[in-house]
Amino acid sequence: MPRRDDISTILVIGSGPIVIGQACEFDYSGAQACKVLRDEGYRVVLVNSNPATIMTDPEFADRTYLEPVTPEFVEKVIAAERPDALLPTLGGQTGLNCAVALAESGVLERYGVELIGAKLDAIKKGEDRKLFAEAMAAIGLEVPRGGYAYSVSDAERLPGELGGFPLVIRPSFTMGGAGGGIVYNVDELRDQVAHGVSLSPTGEVLVEESVIGWKEYEMEVMRDANDNTVIVCSIENIDAMGVHTGDSITVAPAQTLTDREYQVMRDASLAILREIGVETGGSNVQFAVNPLDGRMLVIEMNPRVSRSSALASKATGFPIAKIAAKLAVGFTLDEISNDITRETPACFEPSIDYTVVKVPRWAFEKFKGTDTTLTTRMKSVGEAMAIGRTFSEALGKAFRSLETGRLGLGADGKDAFDEVKFDRGLTVPNENRMFYIADALWRGRDVQEISDLTRIDPWFIDQVKSQVEVEGMVRKVSLEGMSADLMRSAKQHGLSDPQLAHLLHSDETSVRARRLELGVRPTFKSVDTCAGEFLATTPYYYKTYEDEDEVAPATRPRVVILGAGPNRIGQGIEFDYCCVHASYALHAAGYETVMINCNPETVSTDYDTSDRLYFEPLTFEDVMDVIEAEKPVGVLVTFGGQTPLKLARALEDAGVPILGTKPEAIDLAEDRERFAEVLDRLGIAYPAAGTARSASEAVEVASRIGYPLLVRPSYVLGGRGMVIAYDEEYLLRHVADAVVVSPDHPVLLDRFLEGAIEVDVDAVCDGRDVYIGGVMEHIEEAGIHSGDSACCIPHFTLGDSIVEEIRGHTRRIALEIGTHGLINIQFAVKDSTVYVLEVNPRASRTVPFVSKATGVPLAKVAARVMAGEMLADLALPPEERDLGRFCVKEAVMPFGRFPGADSVLGPEMKSTGEVMGSAADFPAAYAKSQLAIDYSLPSEGVAFISVCDRDKRAIVGVAMHLRALGFEILSTRGTARGLRAAGIPVTEVLKVHEGRPNIVDRMTDAQVQLVINTPFGRETRSDGYQIRAAAIRHGITNITTMAAAQASVQAIEAMKAGRLGVSALQDFDRWQAPVPCDSAAVHRDVAGE
Amino acid sequence: MTLSRRALLALEDGRCFPGLACGADGTSDGEAVFNTSMTGYQEILTDPSYAGQIVTMTMPHIGNCGVNEEDMESRGVFARGLVVRQMSRVSSNWRATSTLPAFLHQQGVVAIEGVDTRLLTRHLRERGAMRAVISTEDLDPISLSAKAASAPGLVGRDLVREVAVTSPFEWGSEDPTGYRPADTGTAPAGPSRRVVAFDSGIKFNILRRLAEAGCSVRIVPPTTSAAEVLALSPDGVFLANGPGDPAAVDYLYNTLGALLGTVPVFGICLGHQMLSLAVGATTFKLKYGHRGGNQPVMNLLTGQVEVTSQNHGFCVDFASVGPLVPASSGGLDHDPGDMAAWVRAGVAPVVSSERFGPVQLTHVNLNDMTAEGLRLLEKKAFSVQYHPEAAPGPHDARYLFGAFMALMDGRDDYLSAHDPRVARARGAAEGDR
Repeated sequence: MPRRDDISTILVIGSGPIVIGQACEFDYSGAQACKVLRDEGYRVVLVNSNPATIMTDPEFADRTYLEPVTPEFVEKVIAAERPDALLPTLGGQTGLNCAVALAESGVLERYGVELIGAKLDAIKKGEDRKLFAEAMAAIGLEVPRGGYAYSVSDAERLPGELGGFPLVIRPSFTMGGAGGGIVYNVDELRDQVAHGVSLSPTGEVLVEESVIGWKEYEMEVMRDANDNTVIVCSIENIDAMGVHTGDSITVAPAQTLTDREYQVMRDASLAILREIGVETGGSNVQFAVNPLDGRMLVIEMNPRVSRSSALASKATGFPIAKIAAKLAVGFTLDEISNDITRETPACFEPSIDYTVVKVPRWAFEKFKGTDTTLTTRMKSVGEAMAIGRTFSEALGKAFRSLETGRLGLGADGKDAFDEVKFDRGLTVPNENRMFYIADALWRGRDVQEISDLTRIDPWFIDQVKSQVEVEGMVRKVSLEGMSADLMRSAKQHGLSDPQLAHLLHSDETSVRARRLELGVRPTFKSVDTCAGEFLATTPYYYKTYEDEDEVAPATRPRVVILGAGPNRIGQGIEFDYCCVHASYALHAAGYETVMINCNPETVSTDYDTSDRLYFEPLTFEDVMDVIEAEKPVGVLVTFGGQTPLKLARALEDAGVPILGTKPEAIDLAEDRERFAEVLDRLGIAYPAAGTARSASEAVEVASRIGYPLLVRPSYVLGGRGMVIAYDEEYLLRHVADAVVVSPDHPVLLDRFLEGAIEVDVDAVCDGRDVYIGGVMEHIEEAGIHSGDSACCIPHFTLGDSIVEEIRGHTRRIALEIGTHGLINIQFAVKDSTVYVLEVNPRASRTVPFVSKATGVPLAKVAARVMAGEMLADLALPPEERDLGRFCVKEAVMPFGRFPGADSVLGPEMKSTGEVMGSAADFPAAYAKSQLAIDYSLPSEGVAFISVCDRDKRAIVGVAMHLRALGFEILSTRGTARGLRAAGIPVTEVLKVHEGRPNIVDRMTDAQVQLVINTPFGRETRSDGYQIRAAAIRHGITNITTMAAAQASVQAIEAMKAGRLGVSALQDFDRWQAPVPCDSAAVHRDVAGE
Repeated sequence: MTLSRRALLALEDGRCFPGLACGADGTSDGEAVFNTSMTGYQEILTDPSYAGQIVTMTMPHIGNCGVNEEDMESRGVFARGLVVRQMSRVSSNWRATSTLPAFLHQQGVVAIEGVDTRLLTRHLRERGAMRAVISTEDLDPISLSAKAASAPGLVGRDLVREVAVTSPFEWGSEDPTGYRPADTGTAPAGPSRRVVAFDSGIKFNILRRLAEAGCSVRIVPPTTSAAEVLALSPDGVFLANGPGDPAAVDYLYNTLGALLGTVPVFGICLGHQMLSLAVGATTFKLKYGHRGGNQPVMNLLTGQVEVTSQNHGFCVDFASVGPLVPASSGGLDHDPGDMAAWVRAGVAPVVSSERFGPVQLTHVNLNDMTAEGLRLLEKKAFSVQYHPEAAPGPHDARYLFGAFMALMDGRDDYLSAHDPRVARARGAAEGDR
């Protein structure tokens, strides 16, 4: 069936901010879909609140609405744009839930909008566990036995009916398994059910028989309107059932199924797709298999693209989202050609002749006090994927891709095992379990025994054993005594050069030299969807140690772009966004762009994004190998965040040409003492600072500059290990921590400017001119990590003269340190003095936001400058033009995922993502940013206010405003006294330690709608901690800073006044990029290419 | 196994691949081919169609699930050798009764691991299938390549007689060699159709599928005469898969020629080539064949695509059957050999065979647009080049066994009505009315 001509405008709903369980895989899928639909001639309307996405670039849709993904706002967009169809399956659970709400409330019918891809019935059947279980029974498939609970008392009868504990709790319609878990007794059951009921949009929880320890598989399935179906990929979870698939190490294709079992699973997957009624598109089906008798249960299916489908697309070269979009508009699989082979159709099942391993990336170090056991509720914040010919090779590569400081799977001298409870490291799923397994094998324990303890299939354990055996052989020789065969075997088992250096008591450089001397060179092979059966034309490569290299000869000068690696807190989608923009810009400038990255969720690892894609870890060894294969004219290290920046110096030392800002300038900005000299020379103020390499040095510095002090390790992102110290005891404790975080670098100590207003600036410098993309005024005051604080473009309280001073400082600093490309500077303004807090001559987290807010894609501008163009030639709009609106960026926090961790904001970044809200005035923009995160703001009810002494004066205005808006005020004694003194009626409530009923009881009883609670001190088990924890538990809007309190109250007023309309990016001025000059020409002349 | 023993794979063009032995000791020659299935190594090794061939698996990890009794596709291994990237030391599956290396030892099959199988696959793709030798004894590249170059090729070679039974037997009982399959399929209750199946290297799963469709099957040697077959008064005759060059199996397609029109016929793989040769077509050798479980085939009668299991090195030239009959081909006058044009038009073209009248093209491989299924319009006979019995591979084409039953029942729409998807669509349409 050809393209549908009866629809012309299609609404695509994105997934909103990056949160745990829903990351940039939906930018990847959404961007693909938008591209395809526009190529097919449809008018695409997009709603997504996440400014850091490629899909929200104005080129990707005809109308781009950076608005909250809520039924209310999407309805406004529908009313304005009148789409014919809505494609709900590409925006994750958020997009799907929103589409369901619009369908059920009759909005779609009222506006004549057709759901394409998946109909409401199919979505409900796939998502509603009860309907799903009935559907499975109808086609003779088994699901785990279970029962539904809508309350704790409902749940209490279920253990009896289901044969006792353990039981699995699964709330309906939540993403990433939120609110789910395994319970072993009735107390845990009650807690988990209560939590699950509150999280589920339908207040429903499934309590299920446990299949913990069974093998877990996933099938990625596609179906077209003509009922043609294919399996794109099978994925096997190495961790047995009981660990969320997002937290499992997974492998593709499945490794431990015979054809008989595989085909039974395939048949079941297709039958499920048909029974659920997914008319077109992709779905993911999960199975559990009893390893003892092969009994197969269906666990769940997602009638939409998912994290697993992104992984499957990257693992196979079969672009699921792109094909799903085509199928949704009427094409059939046999009408679509396979991009990679070009000759064969998409109606086939990819065959893989390599092994793909995905390892999750956790961030437990950010959430002290939380339980780090892996369960059915996803806790990882990102993932790395690696491709190798064999499992052990891919596993080693995946572990060194994680950037946890490990050099691979063990063998790096960095293991720290709990010797007392060593076996617990095997039996209880945890982030270090694979290291325990490797070490257990090293200690001589048996494959079967380890398999019994971990419930991991012995085949995988044996694969790890083969690596451990090779390690053993390496340990017995010296670097000089290493044979070519052993070197090759070590590489084929995934051991990195630095691991070998550790095993051989040598260093990485010597190992590399010796390896090359032995003739053990890497080869690059293609991901071609067909295991070599057909000629592939798409250059998508992975490294392995084999006999044949497949890298295509170059046609143009090449530029290598180093990506950002796995998502983690502090380094997320924003950097991928910058890398993608750099790639687009350099391609347009005549270069062949070569992307290196290992994050399967991203747009940068779409084989369509760059001219060539290498799916490789971002380590010196792996990057250098690609560089030697590609011989680029330049390497871009300043777009992918700290990951590539850390490699800059080593690459330059190895003779690699670095494009743009030189490592020398990067080091200068990072080196406090030398940089202070620069600022002194320029006459720019900065907080008194010092560096310390030891505790005694730290004390000395503190005595010189005084408390409070900002303490941080150098060369870290996201404020890792950063704290504010008010006294010596606290300082010493954290200096010790900081040394652990970044042992090769000194600890930085800055005078902390309490109460200052923070400002972020992103700019581009070409060595002659500086273009300031945006001046962002923070809403939270200094001391909150910039990644966690909300900010606004343009500035909303700062005076123009201050902003002018900030611009001037930015220009002078950028030029002085030799910036060639992007630069981000953080300023603090206190008592009308502008201080420089930090300078990073690289892409920053705020670049995408600035680009969306101002219509000037800074990363693209920077890439063109780095390739040789001058700012003066780029026809950029004036810096100080009136944007016609206020744009607010707000951070999204994952505290709900980490019960037990404190949610107070501080200098260490904890947010996972961001949203943008824009409107004609600041309060309305701020209101939208809040709605985009929480999906609601309280408009009436009881506001609880409890603030520290410092804030007691400022809170009066906020409280008055809340009263005027109709809120009742509830306060603890101290705050209440202050408010009463100002004439504000207040009801007093007890603090937690003062007796009962106290504030937490009130919150639990849903008697509080808004909490304003600024922290009193640092002790984590304080009242404040319990209040914040209760707010998270009960989903109450919780504000922890004065600035946010003021903004929120204004926002509530704006919302109540109905000032929240919608607008598309295309309604505002955008940079009309001049045709790039052929920057690459100069290289062609030089290289004679 | 104790120490790793070295092994060498040599191709007739001199290309050599050193590796380690992971099967029996010895030296074995055959045609080097590759299979892209990610599962089902045991079924592939025990498929008699691989007689005379050395199989390279493109899936890097082979042997992970060991071997078991139920997944045997014949009484033993027929492939002449196995080439893999990495052989599993452990067998991890609840049904496993042995590891794969132990099984290969027991079956006397020479195997090599540690080979860059992707390089080998690309080499065969570019240069075409070629003769090869694996050895654990002769590790000299020059000597072994010379042996490869002097090995017999497959063209013109009848391997069917080497793999087929020499006396008849009933499916479900012991075969004449004394082998009894562990799994013979579950026959439905009720009366059954009597089918005679020529053994040319028949896979057990074809027999299981026939049994499950409701056939009781008598397997006869390929040299059985038409009169002997008719003396068994079968409801249908089945022609199986098998190894070697179909053109060399003239006795079988000549017998088939005598049977056509007297009894319904269904052929798979070599059986498809037999039917084609019987109606006057010619066959040719594909450069490197189709071997895998992911090949898209369109049924031109329904327009639907089946993901199929394939294993063939020879192919039927549909246009060689006879001239196009435009009136029966949607009024179109395309070249009957231009498969892409027929797929685009959604028309199943009909050509006229001298001896048996109109022959319709029913199935086309969408990867390389080769003919993969046909039927006689005036005689009860149809065949497909691929493997609807799967094992290994997807079950999408399983409906063809139902089609065979429908053919024996005398239904004209046998090839379309039994596709469950068509049945579903029809059900839905009726529901709408």
